[in-house]
Amino acid sequence: MSAETAVAESRTAGLTARLANWNVAIIAVTVVVLIIAAATVDNFGTSQNFGFLVLDLLPIALVALPMTLVIVTGEIDLSVASTLGLSSAVMGSLWNSNQPIETIIPLCLLLGAVLGAVNGFFVTVLGLPSLAVTIGTLALYRGLAFVVLGDGAVADFPAVYTDWVTGNIAGTSIPNVLLIIAILAVVFGVVLHATPVGRAVFAVGASEQAARFAGVRPGRLKFWLYVVSGLVAGLAGVLWTLRYSSARADNGAGLELAVVAAVLLGGVSIFGGKGALPGVIAGVLLLASLQNALRLSDVSNEALNVVTGVLLIVSVLAPNLANAVRGSVQRRRHRTTKPL
Amino acid sequence: MSFRFSRRLAVPLSTVAVVSLALTACGGGTTKSSTAGEATDAPSSTGSAKADPNAPLKEGLKIAYLPKQLNNPYTDVEVGGGKVAVGELKGEYKLVGPNDASASSQVSYINTLIQQQQDVIVVAANDPNAVCPSLNQARKAGIKVVAFDSDASKSCRDAFINQATTQGIGESLVKMASELAGGSGEIAVLSATPNATNQNSWIAVMKTELAKPENAKLKLVKVAYGNDDDQKSFTEAQGLLQSYPNLKVIVSPTTVGIAAASRYVSASAYKGKVAITGLGLPNQMRQYVKDGTVKKFALWNPADIGYLAAYAGAALKSGQITGAEGEKFKAGKLGDYTVGADGEIVLGPPTEFTAANIDQFNF
Amino acid sequence: MTAAPARADSAVELPTAVTRRSSLDLVLRARELGIVLALAALVAVTAISNPRFLSGQSIRDILLGTAILAVLAVGQAVVVITRNIDLSVGSVLGLSAFTVGTLLRDNPGLPVVVALLIGAAVGGACGAVNGVLVRYGNVPALVVTLGTLYVVRGITYFWAGGQQINADELPAGFLDFGNATFLGIPYLVLIALLVLVITGVVLRNYRLGRELYAMGSSPQAARLAGISVGRRTIGAFGVSGALAGLAGVLFAARFGTIDAAAGTGYELNVVAAVVVGGVAVFGGSGSVWGAALGALLLTTIGSSLAVLEINQFWQQAIVGGLILLAIGADRLVAARVAASLKKRGSHVS
Repeated sequence: MSAETAVAESRTAGLTARLANWNVAIIAVTVVVLIIAAATVDNFGTSQNFGFLVLDLLPIALVALPMTLVIVTGEIDLSVASTLGLSSAVMGSLWNSNQPIETIIPLCLLLGAVLGAVNGFFVTVLGLPSLAVTIGTLALYRGLAFVVLGDGAVADFPAVYTDWVTGNIAGTSIPNVLLIIAILAVVFGVVLHATPVGRAVFAVGASEQAARFAGVRPGRLKFWLYVVSGLVAGLAGVLWTLRYSSARADNGAGLELAVVAAVLLGGVSIFGGKGALPGVIAGVLLLASLQNALRLSDVSNEALNVVTGVLLIVSVLAPNLANAVRGSVQRRRHRTTKPL
Repeated sequence: MSFRFSRRLAVPLSTVAVVSLALTACGGGTTKSSTAGEATDAPSSTGSAKADPNAPLKEGLKIAYLPKQLNNPYTDVEVGGGKVAVGELKGEYKLVGPNDASASSQVSYINTLIQQQQDVIVVAANDPNAVCPSLNQARKAGIKVVAFDSDASKSCRDAFINQATTQGIGESLVKMASELAGGSGEIAVLSATPNATNQNSWIAVMKTELAKPENAKLKLVKVAYGNDDDQKSFTEAQGLLQSYPNLKVIVSPTTVGIAAASRYVSASAYKGKVAITGLGLPNQMRQYVKDGTVKKFALWNPADIGYLAAYAGAALKSGQITGAEGEKFKAGKLGDYTVGADGEIVLGPPTEFTAANIDQFNF
Repeated sequence: MTAAPARADSAVELPTAVTRRSSLDLVLRARELGIVLALAALVAVTAISNPRFLSGQSIRDILLGTAILAVLAVGQAVVVITRNIDLSVGSVLGLSAFTVGTLLRDNPGLPVVVALLIGAAVGGACGAVNGVLVRYGNVPALVVTLGTLYVVRGITYFWAGGQQINADELPAGFLDFGNATFLGIPYLVLIALLVLVITGVVLRNYRLGRELYAMGSSPQAARLAGISVGRRTIGAFGVSGALAGLAGVLFAARFGTIDAAAGTGYELNVVAAVVVGGVAVFGGSGSVWGAALGALLLTTIGSSLAVLEINQFWQQAIVGGLILLAIGADRLVAARVAASLKKRGSHVS
């Protein structure tokens, strides 16, 4: 009995240690990549390029935050990029019908939340697998975006707004949108790592049944996570539209893959229950700066695809392999210590 | 699994609604019509600089081509001409671009080109407005922007290489369709994307031409969109023939569309009954011209577009021209060109291809 | 991924699968009947508004379109039945189509059969890589195949380097194969039928096939029952890859123009066809017949939207709606079957 708890304890201790390791590892890798890129790639380290980099990673960074929580609970949301697209399409169509942008933006956020709620309804109330549900809404929302706006583009958004999104904080070379990323990252980080809600997220991911016994209502928790995921995707849609001053139904197509890649690269377990936000942010930064640096060194787009795919597989494969190696080492150590 | 969220949901939702209402109520709001007069930020990069027609062409210019997408045979021919011209100009040629024809990925490439301090960007815009802010950033950094193939907004490029006048292309499309239909009957258009700048302006000219009395017997029954995607164009051609049994001619003013439509018709029961025409690449169309599916189609030489763009870019960067109307420059083997209104430089009239002359062309 | 709910499902479905084969069969048959009815209604409505929808040419076009999607859907169904998923099929199709296109351009004398085998081999190799990563890397199929989706597409782009293979560069014999018929049925459709029948029979009547279902219902139980789950997993991915490769050759023959983007985004349609066809995403149930019917339904919808002149943009939204409808309906049916079994079980004991 006591031996068992001891084993369990050592296992959890090992687990957190391993997690910390991965988080530290991914942050370290990111820092190394940034340093190497700055040293070897011409123009990578300029403040202007930093601005471009932040703008490029903006949508991925935003959507990755709630995605982290969703994946930690053991679910997934593949519809985020389509939610972004639908939000953008609706924004364009409302703007065309001469609505004030101050109304349009909250409406697009609301729309995102509702789309998220639809996912949440199917997953938690009907109990359907989130993978299938969100593949379905991926097609549905993107289809609706095309129905709303067709193949056209709406372009003439007010310069005050578009300039703010692409601009810098007055007197500095820090992009305005970095503020949004920073604020949301802190909020999500605090919620996940320092509140009962965060503990509930981890508990549900580790064992839904155990969490239920501990008084957490997994269905309700997941439902709200989907709502938040949709809300943030809606926001990303608004910012995307303003950044390119172009509302299109195909905005953000395929982004979900990059987001999932970044989250998994950040050390979040696809099986749920494990993960940390700093790692995810490092994952996003790593992916974006690699792409930026490779592009600056004239590496072709196709190579970028390969890099993303390989990183995704490696990010999941590496901890498993490390586990396997560690497991065999421990077993051997066990064998040697047994006679004592 | 049952839980009540209606009330909990109601709070944030109504908050959003109230906030948005309040914002609109007090601000009056920024609407499309209230900002309609606002000029998009157009730096007059030409500034006080004056064109000096006798300035020598600079050597060693870094000229980068950013087409709509990389995997398109038409694009390959265009930028191939550009490469030749950059070689003649003793410059550095570079080709970058996305694999999908999306505006957002083009923006990242423009940003990269700014960082790499190119001298000239030759761009075919996927969305005339989405690329605008980045192109203007490039121009602020002293890079000359030449649009080709598909124009960017006038406020964010220095010159545009037009393959032929819009009027000329529209007229020649209607002329070919009328000849093939024998002067009367139903025709349909298979275009690229619904917001493709070129195709839409040609179709607009076609419609005015068709409204003229001499074309009264020709009826345009539908404009379908194949999105410049081979498979989609194939399916759309299929749909047109099913929906309009009396169709006589499909006019496809895009190289992807005409090839896909010809391929579908040549292997279907419609072969010989429905004529295909439009704008196509001789190499792609040769087979269908020879098997009788296609009697005639037209195109300019795409390599010349890329070629002319390089010379225009070099002339801009060297100060020979600024993009103002009436300025003249020399474009290598193509001879002398004059900049038209809005910085447009027109390549020349399109060539018509038939079974008789197609073997003289290889592009 | 959906670890917890999936475990709950298997608890419900295991008894269904093992003890009540017949009632499950009935449900599944009802499910396939539903698709057939939907299909019939769709065809009837479209044909009434435009009789040309039923012309020989139109039906042939639909069948040709279905053939490619159905081959992919059959492969996907095999993987999904084992409680995995293969998102790389669109990219594998592209790689295979481009490989075969290049080979045929350079060796016009290559027989069509060899082309088909080469395509299947290229795909099979990709599938095996997926399978090995899933099995030995202990990485979920979703992640692996998402990764290989990028990687395989990237390799194809890299290789193609912007070039496109045009119809006039392909040997006439190969293009004829894409259009020719045997007893009035296009070869592509015959190949798809052959694939469907063989896979269907193996899955239904052979030990190997039943083991795949067992693995999908409960991997642990399957392992305890002595099924070599690892080898079967790799096999299932190999089959899916090989069929995606085969579909690539069919694609090349049908469309004649191949570039590196061939088949981009196909994975969504394939998963939709499989799910709509009644193959449960949490494994262990469904049939390739259903998946093929799903493919036929989706292709017919696309075609009738064009004929009915409904805005083509609705198509994707309809696909999404159908997926949700299908999984929702499956869940309701499963719940009802489980309830009735529970009742019957209590009577027996």
